[in-house]
Amino acid sequence: MTAILFYILSAICIISSILMIFHKNAMYSVLFLLICFFSVAGLYVMLNAQFLAIVHIIVYAGAIMVLFLYVIMFLNMSTPITIRKSKLVMGIAVFTGSSLCFVLVTALWATNFGQNPAIVNQDIGLASTLGKVLFNEFLIPFEVSSVLFLSSMVGIVIFNKKEQKDE
Amino acid sequence: MEIIIFKIFLVLALFLLSITIAAYSTFSERKVAAFMQDRIGPNRAGPFGLLQPLADGVKMIMKEEILPASSNKLLFILGPAISMVTALMASAVIPWGPDITIAGTKVHLQVADINIGILYIMGVVSIGVYGIMIGGWASNNKFALLGAVRASTQMISYELAMGMSIIAVIMTTGSLSLGNMVTGQSGWHGMAWNVVLQPLGFLIFLICAFAETNRTPFDLPESETELIGGYHTEYSSMKLGFYLFAEYINMFLSSAVISCLYFGGYNFPFMDIVQQNTGEILFAFICFLVLMTKILFFIFFFFWVRWTIPRFRFDQLMNLGWKILLPLSIINMLITGTIILLNQ
Repeated sequence: MTAILFYILSAICIISSILMIFHKNAMYSVLFLLICFFSVAGLYVMLNAQFLAIVHIIVYAGAIMVLFLYVIMFLNMSTPITIRKSKLVMGIAVFTGSSLCFVLVTALWATNFGQNPAIVNQDIGLASTLGKVLFNEFLIPFEVSSVLFLSSMVGIVIFNKKEQKDE
Repeated sequence: MEIIIFKIFLVLALFLLSITIAAYSTFSERKVAAFMQDRIGPNRAGPFGLLQPLADGVKMIMKEEILPASSNKLLFILGPAISMVTALMASAVIPWGPDITIAGTKVHLQVADINIGILYIMGVVSIGVYGIMIGGWASNNKFALLGAVRASTQMISYELAMGMSIIAVIMTTGSLSLGNMVTGQSGWHGMAWNVVLQPLGFLIFLICAFAETNRTPFDLPESETELIGGYHTEYSSMKLGFYLFAEYINMFLSSAVISCLYFGGYNFPFMDIVQQNTGEILFAFICFLVLMTKILFFIFFFFWVRWTIPRFRFDQLMNLGWKILLPLSIINMLITGTIILLNQ
């Protein structure tokens, strides 16, 4: 049962990411990426990581992709266009892409798939487990990043205020 | 097996309840409006006009379906569908009453008691904006696009303050599950409601709920004086009906969430005495009625505000969200944290 669900979700994930890359219309690309995010969230739920799944949806699907759509709507990028770049840029793109592919393949090669971490500990993705790890082992990085987020939020407000004074 | 059948039954019941409440909200909103403006309101269909929602529904279905020639057909149909589905999804985690025993096992009166219930609601709310955005963009109309853009900015801005005020509630209750949050408020004979502990947080959450459901004074996405109809300018027939209906269902469910988070959910004063003197099923039914009373009050409050406060300007809306509500919610969180630390 779970195996069938896993294959269905993975198939949706892979197909939607391929469609996202190859679709000419930027609007559809964003929507396919959304479908991809949802299937990834489904995979998280299957690993008993509901907290991660829902935060993934709130942050990526609910906030970041909305901003993507926003930009696409405003810049009117939805009309299909063929992008022509110089030979140099294309060469660099191919090089970066293939080196990323190399890194991923070697990482996959080194992974031991015999041990599934999710089977070892069923509670690994629950909010309480995550909280204990974050506030014990990773307290300082967690606090620093939260201050960073807060300061960026406050920064936007101040940025907006200064602009109004200049007028 | 019995539990699965019970849950399916619960889902169907919730679906019908949401639809009925939404339908009668349209009717009662017009009645409230009429009362506030010294009119009579709808009174032709049936006794006191009670069949008006039915007449409206039939009218919506019978109207001509129009797909604008320049629109994106697939996304144009997808927009209202997403709005409706996400609006209905949120009711899954709301606890409608205390546990009851069915076929020897204890069952929650809740479709899914997931341990991250409140985050699930945040997730569903954040997905809900896609219905409006996709519909507004696919219409290929400047007014609809402006409405969609306004809706997305407004929702993203107010989600921040909303999340911050929810964090304060999570800190006081120590749980992400809505079921635990409600049972945690049953102290003091069922009167230990979070609104006493979190008055500021409640106010922020209430304002954000108005903004998230696109209700006046935050109904800028569909402000008829500027944008004709906003994101649903091009819509007709039942697709328009879905958008309007989704708004009322959202209103119903945000009232339910407000009741659960801040007003004790199904808890009511001296409920422990009532529980000792009544049977289990009867007690659950009384609890459900109490929750529905709270929800109906908040739905009435939505109407009340709509006919009292005029619409904001867009810059006022942004200032309120970013410069007033967000700092206030952060201060609220800090105060809550300090008090919890001092009490330890």
